[in-house]
Amino acid sequence: MSLVLDALTLQAGYNAALVATGAALLGVAAGASGSFLLLRKRALVSDAVAHAALPGIVLAFMVMVAFGGAGRSLAGLLLGAALSGGVGLLAMTWITKRTRLAEDAAIGAVLGVFFGAGVVLLTLVQTMQAGRQAGLEGFLLGSTAGMLREDAILIALGGAVVLALCWLMRRPMTLVAFDPAYAATLGYNTRAIDLAMMGLATAVTVIGLKLVGLVLIVALLIIPPAAARFWTERTGVMVWVAGGIGGAGAYLGAAISATAPALPTGPIIVLVLAAGFTLSMLFAPARGILGGALRHARLRRQMQRGE
Amino acid sequence: MTDLPAHSPLAVRGLSVTYGDKPAVQAVDATFPRAALSAIIGPNGAGKSTFLKACLGIIPRLSGEVSIFGQPFAQARGRVAYVPQRASVDWDFPTTALEVVQMGQYRRAGLWGRLSGSARAQALDCLNRVGMADFATRQIGQLSGGQQQRVFLARALAQEADLYLLDEPFAGVDAATERAIVDVLRGLRAEGKSVIAVHHDLSTVEDYFDHVFLINQRAMAEGPVARAFTPDALHATYGGRLGLAAAPQTVQAAE
Repeated sequence: MSLVLDALTLQAGYNAALVATGAALLGVAAGASGSFLLLRKRALVSDAVAHAALPGIVLAFMVMVAFGGAGRSLAGLLLGAALSGGVGLLAMTWITKRTRLAEDAAIGAVLGVFFGAGVVLLTLVQTMQAGRQAGLEGFLLGSTAGMLREDAILIALGGAVVLALCWLMRRPMTLVAFDPAYAATLGYNTRAIDLAMMGLATAVTVIGLKLVGLVLIVALLIIPPAAARFWTERTGVMVWVAGGIGGAGAYLGAAISATAPALPTGPIIVLVLAAGFTLSMLFAPARGILGGALRHARLRRQMQRGE
Repeated sequence: MTDLPAHSPLAVRGLSVTYGDKPAVQAVDATFPRAALSAIIGPNGAGKSTFLKACLGIIPRLSGEVSIFGQPFAQARGRVAYVPQRASVDWDFPTTALEVVQMGQYRRAGLWGRLSGSARAQALDCLNRVGMADFATRQIGQLSGGQQQRVFLARALAQEADLYLLDEPFAGVDAATERAIVDVLRGLRAEGKSVIAVHHDLSTVEDYFDHVFLINQRAMAEGPVARAFTPDALHATYGGRLGLAAAPQTVQAAE
């Protein structure tokens, strides 16, 4: 237990502290950008993008090894992830636009095909000597084990950039989420704004892949805003609360995981976030279940007294 | 833009729109008058909303020209305010009535500009004009349908436009709200603004509007209410489906 406490208070060593700080920034960025996704009702698109990143990671590794590298450069792997995640996103957009299929069907198809291809490639790579040592399977569920200082700084910087872009685009993204047709008449390019919104989520997904893992990164994007929605009726407040919940959850999860390297980081972060979501759902005064029940009971008493 | 009159707030020539392989609006010509209240009338599925959306560039048009005060829409954008159908958005969205009205000011604030205190005062004034000032900080889902419609109208007012395009502003609102909305629209007309509304209730056309445009995929009739809102035109537009209950007095008088 004291190990966990050390980790939480950044006493568990320089690297662990750096990883926890990077995770916190990533969590804030994920909560903020996820809020717009949730309001636009496109949260699951980011899940498909995350799964679509797997073949890119493995291919990037193979390319780097083929050119004589060790293939472990996080930046290189994430570049591959971004490329194939982006292709997955474009494929979904294209299917939805050009056919009569609904978005959920496009999500399912792209997610399955890309992830399947990624698993096949990963299995092939695992049979190579270099592949076994690369720790690519850590990208599935996330891992702080063996994370370098540069990796943590990359994650923190990426999170900060995403957060800044969210702030800059908060107004167009809110408007397009609420009323896209009206936004179009005001002269906003709704397609570009939607793409930028998905781009931010993709960026979070990609920079969080190593830490949280591609299977569960969607939880970091969705759970914080879903929990924040219980606390407020204002978009601006919701984005900040979601950032706070995401940052706290990712920080705690990464710190706990750093003390027990055998545990995958992603599931721990998700469990911490789930606790935050449950507390919010039950006890948040604005829209929580308890607050709603109390208001309902009070109203019923008032009506019975004939007020 | 050869024969499109520059004095008209909205003039359309040869507008066609398709949904997939189904025609929605076919070769429509229309010219709406300035400083007047105009109604777009037609049966369900006649392409009324589609017509408006195509004029505003919300949906692509197959062919045709649209001119707003003699200019293409992209150049006249700042002079146009659109009020969508109330059912087109999610009213559980985390935002307040005042914040919705302030969306009408985004364009003037610039993409990332700040909304000043005077902008807030102007937004509150717009809420006041539709009788909703007391509900400024209310989450929009807690408002009644009529109140939501008035918030949408206030958002359009905040744009300080010259042309207002409304998609069924009276759908599902109570009589008091309808009255309040009509008063606001008449106020706009008195200021020299032009208003065009998709309208369903044939019994109030003569009371509320100066000009009508009848559409059923194709343009069926247009002109001042007294001249164009005739039993023949209605019969042509609605076919045999026009029940007497919904028919205007002109129809009953003629029969």
